[in-house]
Amino acid sequence: MTFFLQLVITGFSLGMVYALIALGFVIILKCSKAFNIAQGQFVMIGGYLGYTFLVTLHFPVWAALLAAILCAIILGLLVERLALRPLIGESVLVIIMMTIALGTVLEGIATLAWGGEYKAYHGVLPTFTLKVGEVSIAPESLIGIIVSIITVTLLLIIFRYTKIGLAMRATAEDEQVVRVSGIKVTTVYAFSWVIACVVGVISGILLGGVSGVTTGLAESGMRSMAVVLLGGIDSIGGAIIAGIMLGILENIAAGYLDPLLPAGGGLANVFPFLVIIIVLVFKPHGLFGLARIERI
Amino acid sequence: MSLPSGVFQQSYGQDMAIFRTKTQWLLLLAFLVLLFLCPLFASDRILTILTIMGISVISVLGLNILTGYCGQISLGQAGFMAAGGYISAVLTAKLGLSFWVALPTAGLGAGIIGIIFGLPSLKIKGFYLIMATVAAHFIIIWVILQFSGITGGANGLSAPRPAIGDFVFRSKGSYFYLTMVITCLAIYCAKNIVRTRVGRAFVAIRDNDLAAEVMGINLWVYKLTAFFLGCVFAGISGSLLVHYYSFASTDHFPFINSVWYLGMLIAGGMGSIAGSIFGVIALKLLDELVTFVGPFLSAVIAPQAAASIGLIMRGLVIALFLIFEPRGLAHRWELIKSYYRHWPFSH
Repeated sequence: MTFFLQLVITGFSLGMVYALIALGFVIILKCSKAFNIAQGQFVMIGGYLGYTFLVTLHFPVWAALLAAILCAIILGLLVERLALRPLIGESVLVIIMMTIALGTVLEGIATLAWGGEYKAYHGVLPTFTLKVGEVSIAPESLIGIIVSIITVTLLLIIFRYTKIGLAMRATAEDEQVVRVSGIKVTTVYAFSWVIACVVGVISGILLGGVSGVTTGLAESGMRSMAVVLLGGIDSIGGAIIAGIMLGILENIAAGYLDPLLPAGGGLANVFPFLVIIIVLVFKPHGLFGLARIERI
Repeated sequence: MSLPSGVFQQSYGQDMAIFRTKTQWLLLLAFLVLLFLCPLFASDRILTILTIMGISVISVLGLNILTGYCGQISLGQAGFMAAGGYISAVLTAKLGLSFWVALPTAGLGAGIIGIIFGLPSLKIKGFYLIMATVAAHFIIIWVILQFSGITGGANGLSAPRPAIGDFVFRSKGSYFYLTMVITCLAIYCAKNIVRTRVGRAFVAIRDNDLAAEVMGINLWVYKLTAFFLGCVFAGISGSLLVHYYSFASTDHFPFINSVWYLGMLIAGGMGSIAGSIFGVIALKLLDELVTFVGPFLSAVIAPQAAASIGLIMRGLVIALFLIFEPRGLAHRWELIKSYYRHWPFSH
């Protein structure tokens, strides 16, 4: 039972981070109908930025977060202006390929800047272990849970109560009507990319705190796709719930099934993809997504 | 339209012919002769590049049928290649079968795996399908690593070079001939598949699958056919690759390769057989450029510059093609041809 609870807690914290990554993805998708495959690369850049600010420059945690967020805002603006704006109105495939190309370029830049090696945040995060009964909660997990909850709440507040949030929700509903009513759609797009970058970078720092940073961190983006599909691609609440579900399930599956499999298992790595296939075959619109009716 | 002026068709056969003038036949023959004389004067390095290009062309042709013609975007081509490659390696190394049995079996096996992972395409499209094919790649690689008793797992599996009787395709030159013959056959098949009823159904599905269904095209059959055909090409190309390296390893089929195959398709031009060839040549030459300038950059900037410049350049090339030449090199080639034919009168 302790083992089970331990897996659930670790999974919950991981799941919150997945949910955060997935949120960035859903926001871009809702606003600009663009599928952002490069979300994982934002996460990786975030991990490396965190390393630079926390380890190389010895910033305190809050200052490092702020500095990384600032970098993320600049990155988001650049990405939207240079890569995505020339393609407004193009087909799905073109935009997806562009984000793939973007991801590759970002990976190249990260390799150039940080050497593409494994970097760990040793001795930066406070070391304490919270004990609840028999279950111990690692500091990284705790920080992960707290930061994710704060970020998600802030985003939901922005969506609900600010003008730009209203504009974003309106754009998600009908872009042409929004243009007609005098809202600058390009600003909304730029803002959505900035948010995606910021949440990507934050989750990169959180994941980096747990297991260090490599360019392989970009694969977390692929996992968040599983979250997005499970939750339904146009549902923000769905992304959060599915993120937590997937994080916990992945940990439990790896914890219990891996010892049974030959070659050491490695089920945690392939689990999200199994989820993707199962969801796509049986419930293509996810748990909370809208099924859209198509007309010729 | 796409012919020099003064050429007229008098029968349906003439109208449908791929090569319609004597000049075209002459150019084709000259090209083939030049290609097959390559081993006589080209160095081993160039032969290696050409062989890998040939193998990639087969794979990209498959992707072109699936993505360029049928509109089912796939990011799992490297995974399907791995499936074909491993089937072929297991058949030859473990069961001692001949390469000539293993090659078609690899194609068929990869095709059937393709059908399995193509099943979601009946319900989903666009981004969803991309995710399904990405998942296919990772699941195939995972299965290969798990069943290490058969596939050798992470240690890989040695695969013998093909042989006819006592003659083994051991030298670079002989393997070059083998690859080029199969590549030419693949190009011929692909070109003709897309001109048939099946190919036209694919195009209809790509342009609007709902409308295609209303017209009486069975989506279930044709989408899965597209997956099957695309993956057969992938399997054959994977088999050739594995036997070329004499070794099957999941490292030969990284996920990033699937992305490059799609990149080659876009650079070349989707929905054009010639485009697949152009795209492969263009991006492979870019790779060679990167390996050529890489060491200099590493020496001047930083040791990791060679690896990163490769990524950045390939990403940039795809991005620039998408922004400035979305119809690919094949379209540019048509423009050049028509310019040359109409010169000096532009209309």
